[in-house]
This record gives sequence, structure tokens and C-alpha cells, in this order.
Amino acid sequence: MTTFLHDSFIVFNRQLRMNLRNPAWVIIGMLQPVLYLLLFGPLLEPVIAQLGGNKYTWFVPGMLVQLGIFGAFFAGFSLIGEWREGVIEAERVTPASRAALLFGRLYRDLLQLLVQALILVGLGLVLGMDFNGAGIVLGVVLTILLGGACAAASNAFALTVKSEDVMAPVINLVMMPVLLLSGILLPMSFGAGWLDRLADFMPIRHVVDAVRGAFFGDYDVSTLGWGVGWTVALFGAAIWWGVSVFRRENA
Amino acid sequence: MTTITARGLVQTFHTGQGKKKVPVRAVDGIDLDVAEGEVVGFLGPNGAGKTTTLRMLTTLLKPTAGTATVAGYDVATQPVQVRRSIGYCSQVGSTFSGAYAGDEVVDHGRLYGMSKADAVAKGHDLFDRLQLDGLWRRMPKNMSGGQKRRLDIAMALIHSPSLVFLDEPTTGLDPQARANLWQHIADLRSEQGATVFLTTHYLDEADALADRIVIIDKGRIVASDTSDNLKAQVAGDLVSVEVATDEQVAVARDKLASIAETVEVAGRVVSGRVSRAAKVVPGLLRDLESSGATLEAIEVARPTLDDVFLTLTGRSLRDAEAAAEAADEGAAQDHTDEGVPA
Repeated sequence: MTTFLHDSFIVFNRQLRMNLRNPAWVIIGMLQPVLYLLLFGPLLEPVIAQLGGNKYTWFVPGMLVQLGIFGAFFAGFSLIGEWREGVIEAERVTPASRAALLFGRLYRDLLQLLVQALILVGLGLVLGMDFNGAGIVLGVVLTILLGGACAAASNAFALTVKSEDVMAPVINLVMMPVLLLSGILLPMSFGAGWLDRLADFMPIRHVVDAVRGAFFGDYDVSTLGWGVGWTVALFGAAIWWGVSVFRRENA
Repeated sequence: MTTITARGLVQTFHTGQGKKKVPVRAVDGIDLDVAEGEVVGFLGPNGAGKTTTLRMLTTLLKPTAGTATVAGYDVATQPVQVRRSIGYCSQVGSTFSGAYAGDEVVDHGRLYGMSKADAVAKGHDLFDRLQLDGLWRRMPKNMSGGQKRRLDIAMALIHSPSLVFLDEPTTGLDPQARANLWQHIADLRSEQGATVFLTTHYLDEADALADRIVIIDKGRIVASDTSDNLKAQVAGDLVSVEVATDEQVAVARDKLASIAETVEVAGRVVSGRVSRAAKVVPGLLRDLESSGATLEAIEVARPTLDDVFLTLTGRSLRDAEAAAEAADEGAAQDHTDEGVPA
């Protein structure tokens, strides 16, 4: 366990150093939530007015989950670059724990996500979002777990196909239904009944509902249960997949 | 003391599309022994199974069948101990193009459990030895091919392994960079006492660096001996004589046939393999002169590893490689014959 922590922090440090050396991506990553909030938020005003409640409390949780998912989906791209240059193979020939090679990279993605989430929430509060401390913390935690799941899956997929040309269309293919059926922009319950039923089959919809509920301070057991359940399940499955890909020979 | 022992090593890949998976034995039952302190050249054409064998010995690939003990540990059941004992320099590289060279080496050392201070000290020492001084804060993308390969070797040596695997160390380098790298590879043993196992498809590289050459073709080892002994297996030196006129070809052929087993004629050039050319060629020259033949040229060539490969496999290394190399015009193979111009 100590080896795992030691090794994963070395990998994390290396990743963080390389990320910070290329600040363009860090800045773009930080700007994203700000732009969404400032430029897209106002568009929602008339719609949210019909739902009642604070428009930023409606909107920020969706943005949060979107950040968690979409940023993390792209984590695998940098892994393909490293693999091509022989870095992954060089790391796998050291005695380092295989899981640490994945986790070190996940820490980097999650740290970035945490910073983005704090900016988003902070800005939301400045703009007048309701303040429910416990709910916000719960929402951010769920988002980070979901982001970790997506980053792990992205890394696992990247190291399996080893091609950006395969990665890019597949990510688009996955993102489309996620965006449309999880109520990231507007709650699904706002739409037609059949669409709401259909969206029930989209796991991330339940996560979005739970995060949104938490931000409103509405801890409905069923909503939270489904959201937390799906988050934990997705996280567990993706980590298992990621670790097994890093462990597999010839990866 | 042997540091690598492999018995019946097999690697089967499955290739093909859809349901029709065709098993291919990339490595087809290899036995190998490498003694401590030896420099072994693993020679064969592209696709012969060199890298696959190396990846099994370095625990990156689990053998389909057979066993291998590396540095005293079993590659299948004690991979972590094997990894601690060996250095591996892969064909593709080991560092990220956008990271500082020094940082990459230090992080690599720390994954072997070295303290940061030790890794920094050892890293600087290696940079000095490998002529990388001043490049600690240079990114690999701004390095020459030769510098990058030396950086890969520094990565492989950071934890002071007693056994180093080098996969095609000089592929893609220009002649000066190759010669320079050869010197550093030779130093691995002379200065650091390391056992070196290197794969190559360059004959001159195996000839220049290795105590012993192991030739692999189609996943099987076809020979294992010193360069000189391998060459001695080939039936003699190649003597080629070019005469001035067509009429003299018959005379030259008869005279050469009296000392060589088979004689080939191509235009006015008559050639044949003779054992101990130095002893018989002066007599041949006198015979030709007394029978009135005028020589345009004479050449005596010692057998090359290419001749050895041809003798062992029935095709030349270049032919075996032709398909794979066709697309790669940059990798011109400079083949050094020990020719004796007359």
C-alpha cells in the first residue's frame, strides 16, 4: 500500500509538472465553466422562471457534472501520446505498482476537476446561487467520483485502442446521448413524459438529479440513493477496467 | 554464472479479422543462456521475433509456453524482482517529448525506489558519462536522434542494473551517431560491468559489439557463436577475378575451379569460395599469368555475417528484410565487407 501511494504520487507529480508547463490547457480548462456560466446562464432565465427557484441553483449543478464528464473523457488522449513515445512501456518495466501508474494520472485529472468545480461554485455563489454547504460538498464529491470514473474509462479505452482516430469518434458517440438524456442543461422532468422515462435509462441522469437536489438542499432519499448508487457503481467499474488494462501484458 | 536462462520460450499471437483468428508463433521455442558480463547480439531480420523475445525476458509479455530466469528470478512468477534487476531500452524511446530530460530520468529512478537525491546524483553522473552534460533541462523534442538514444540509455541505467537490454539501439541514427553510441554501449561493460543483451538487424553492429551472436529467424534460433566462428562455418573466402577479354574467361574459370568447390561466372568476372585464400591466391595469380590471362581486378572478401545468414537460412538477411525495409528508405544498411582490393 505504501508502495502504491509512493509510486502513484511520483506519477502524479510528473503529470502535474507537465500540465503546469503547458498552461494554455490549464487556462482553457478554468475558463470553460466561467464562460458557460456567464454566456449560457442568462439564456436559461425565461425557462427557469417557469420552474421556479434560483436559476443558478438549477444551472450550476448541471455544469458541474458536465465538467466532470467531458473534461475527463479527454484524459485518454494524453495517455496515447505518452504510450507512443514509449513512456508507458518504460514505466511498466519498473517495479512500480501497475495501479499506481493509472492512479497517478487520475489524481491529476481529479485535481484539475476540483479546481474547476471550486471556481464554478464560487462564481455561482457570487452570482446569487443558493448556499447549502453540505449539499454543495456532496454535489462536488459526487462530481469528482464521476469524473474519476470517466477519466479511468478514458485511460483504459485509450490504452486499449491506442489511436486518437478511434478515440475521438467514440467519445463523440458517447457524449451525444449523455448530453441529451442526462438533463445537464435543463432537468429531464421538464420535458415530455416519454423523454423523461427514456432518460431514466441514462445512469448519469440520476447523478445530475442527485447533485441538483443536493444543491437545493433537497435530500430526497430516492433521488440521492440512485445518484450515489450510480456514481459509486460507475466509479468502481471504471477503476476496475483501468487497472486491469494497465496490468495486462502488452498494454 | 548465467544471468539469462530460457527454455522452450514460446509466444503465440492471434492475428486476423473477425472470427477467423489465426495463431502465429512469433517466438517458436527458444533456448538461451547468457553468462554474466557477456555482450550478446541478438541478430535477425525484422519480424524474426527479436523484440517479442526481449519483451518476454523483460516481463512485459507473458510467455505462452516455456520458462525464463533473468537475474536469478522467474519472469512469470517473480516479475517485480526481475524488473528491479534489469534495465530496458525499448525501440520507441522512454521519455515524453515535452518534459525536461533530467526530470524524466529522476522520476524514472524514483519509480525504482531511489530517493530523489540519489536519483539526481546518479542522473547527473550518467549525463556526464553519456555526453549529455548541459542537457538536463532540455526537452527530448529539441534533442538530436543520438542524444535522445543516449537519454534512453541513461533512463535504462538510472538504478544501476547489472543486466541491460537494448532493443535496436541505433536504428535511424546517422553513421557518426551510431559509431558514438557503439562506444557508449561498449563502455557499459568495460566501465560499469554490465551484461548487455542487444537486438539488432544490422550485421556490422552485431559484429562490432557482441562477444557472441545469436541468430534468430522465423522465431527460432538458428545459430549461436562468436562472429569469427560463425564466419568460419561458411565455406571459405570469396575470391573474384576479372579478366581483360572474353576468351580468357574459360582459362580463369578452370584455374579457379582447381582450388574452389563451385565457380560462378558473371560476364568477365569469375568467382568462387576457397578456404584460406591468403595461401592459395598467390599461386592462382602465377597460374593465370603463365597461361596468358590479363587481370583487370581481383578481390578477396572474408565471409560476412550476411553470408552466415545465407548459409544458415537459405536467404540473405537483406532479402529477408527487403519487404519490411521497402517502406523505410532512411534505414540504409551499410554493409562492411572486409574486401582486399588488388
